[in-house]
Amino acid sequence: MNVRTQQRIAISVLFTCTVLVVLPVLLILAIITYKGAPALSWEFLSAMPEGGMNAGGIFPAILGTLYLVGGAILVAVPLGVLSAIYLVEYSKDNAVSRLIKLAIVNLAGVPSVVYGLFGLGIFVIFFGFGVSILSGSLTLGIMILPVIITASREALESVPRSFRMVSFSLGASRWQTIRYAVLPHALPGILTGTILGLGRASGETAPILFTVAAFYLPTLPESVFDQTMALPYHLYVISTQVPGIHEEIRYGTALVLLLLVLILNLAAIILRYQFRKKKRW
Amino acid sequence: MPTHITVKGLSLYYRDNCVLKNLTLDIERNEIFTIIGPANSGKSSFLQTLNRLNDLHAGFRKTGSVTLDGDDIDGIEVETLRARVGIVFALPFPLPMSIFDNITYGPRMHGERQKKVLADLVEQSLREAYLWDEVKDRLHQPAMQLSGGQQQRLCIARVLAGQPEVILFDEPTSGLDPISTARVEETMLILRDRYTIVLVTNNVAQAARVGSRTAFFLMGELVEVGETKNVFTRPTDSRTDEYVTGKFG
Repeated sequence: MNVRTQQRIAISVLFTCTVLVVLPVLLILAIITYKGAPALSWEFLSAMPEGGMNAGGIFPAILGTLYLVGGAILVAVPLGVLSAIYLVEYSKDNAVSRLIKLAIVNLAGVPSVVYGLFGLGIFVIFFGFGVSILSGSLTLGIMILPVIITASREALESVPRSFRMVSFSLGASRWQTIRYAVLPHALPGILTGTILGLGRASGETAPILFTVAAFYLPTLPESVFDQTMALPYHLYVISTQVPGIHEEIRYGTALVLLLLVLILNLAAIILRYQFRKKKRW
Repeated sequence: MPTHITVKGLSLYYRDNCVLKNLTLDIERNEIFTIIGPANSGKSSFLQTLNRLNDLHAGFRKTGSVTLDGDDIDGIEVETLRARVGIVFALPFPLPMSIFDNITYGPRMHGERQKKVLADLVEQSLREAYLWDEVKDRLHQPAMQLSGGQQQRLCIARVLAGQPEVILFDEPTSGLDPISTARVEETMLILRDRYTIVLVTNNVAQAARVGSRTAFFLMGELVEVGETKNVFTRPTDSRTDEYVTGKFG
């Protein structure tokens, strides 16, 4: 076998592998769109489920997911951003701060079902919030905390050191320096991380399984102590727990969930792109 | 002339590394005190001690004392000290905001909110830094659009807006072309009438051109200090002679 043949084989193997990576994504999108698109209609998005979930819409599940994602963001963004600011701007490089950073990395590796059990133990039972939007939001919030902290830290660290030096040299205090010379330039990065966290939170089933998700509710939730339906769990229910659901409703639900996550990720990408374009240092 | 800054037995350390040994000198009011010396001689570390910017480095510590107008600098609130002792860095670092906001940054951080006061401050400091005519029509455009030389004069104006008594220059022209350098030097000579200036420079000729007195630092030690013309024409130490005539450095 000569060098040229080897070269050709190497390239074709590498190319095939790369295509194989893209293929599942395209297939998922294609199949779900093909089978789910016929179900999409204004009624499907805005009506309550009817006829044993075999007719009507999935509005409560969409609304529930929005509630949960909103709640998770309310929990995770202040906590995550503020602790990232502390880690980057205030903490010294010592054993404690290294331990905290290690903990955050590990938090990101915990399987989502473990978060679900944790939420059940802590929020549902110990704090007595019950199976509720509050418990679910807190659980999801803690799950996406590492995403937000990591993105915020990277965003803060990417602000040039010279900005801080200049600000200090002009007599600004440490907090003023963070507030006026660092944070405004880290904000787009923090926002991007937040949206990615949002996407993650909206798609997870396991953390909401024991903490908030309802099989079927005839009414919409009225307070944070109510249960709610949610898209990922609803999809699980109609796909595996209830026999005889029309295929197009199942795929339609999957398509709505997919679109939601896709839109969020797309927003993050556009935001990041805009930010890079505007950056002048 | 009366003494403005008094340094007594000052030693500087980064962790266990001593970068400046037992320095004692006085800096007089309204002089341009220049510090020359090769790299790693402790010049910049000394300069950044005067407004305690060094305190931001992990592992930095100092012994000895520095007084400003008779007050120990460690006894002055650090934000106040840094407004009284401004610094111009080697590279112009405009903040990514408008020219106006750059210049008013310091005063705003110290609580000045009145539009009129800020606007007057901007005009006055830009005039003092000889930049007013070039930028007066675009005060609200990003400062990063200015040329390198203009940016450095903007940084000088930004320091002046804080109404300092002392201005530290840390190799302020090392990144500039000869014409911009000349303009910065002219500015320094005029500012001398109202401020005390401490200039660290790698450019020996620059020290000779603008200096009132000159100190020569070598490996963290003060070799010689005196009237600039004496240091350059009749140095008492042979190492100074070799450095200013370009035999090493």
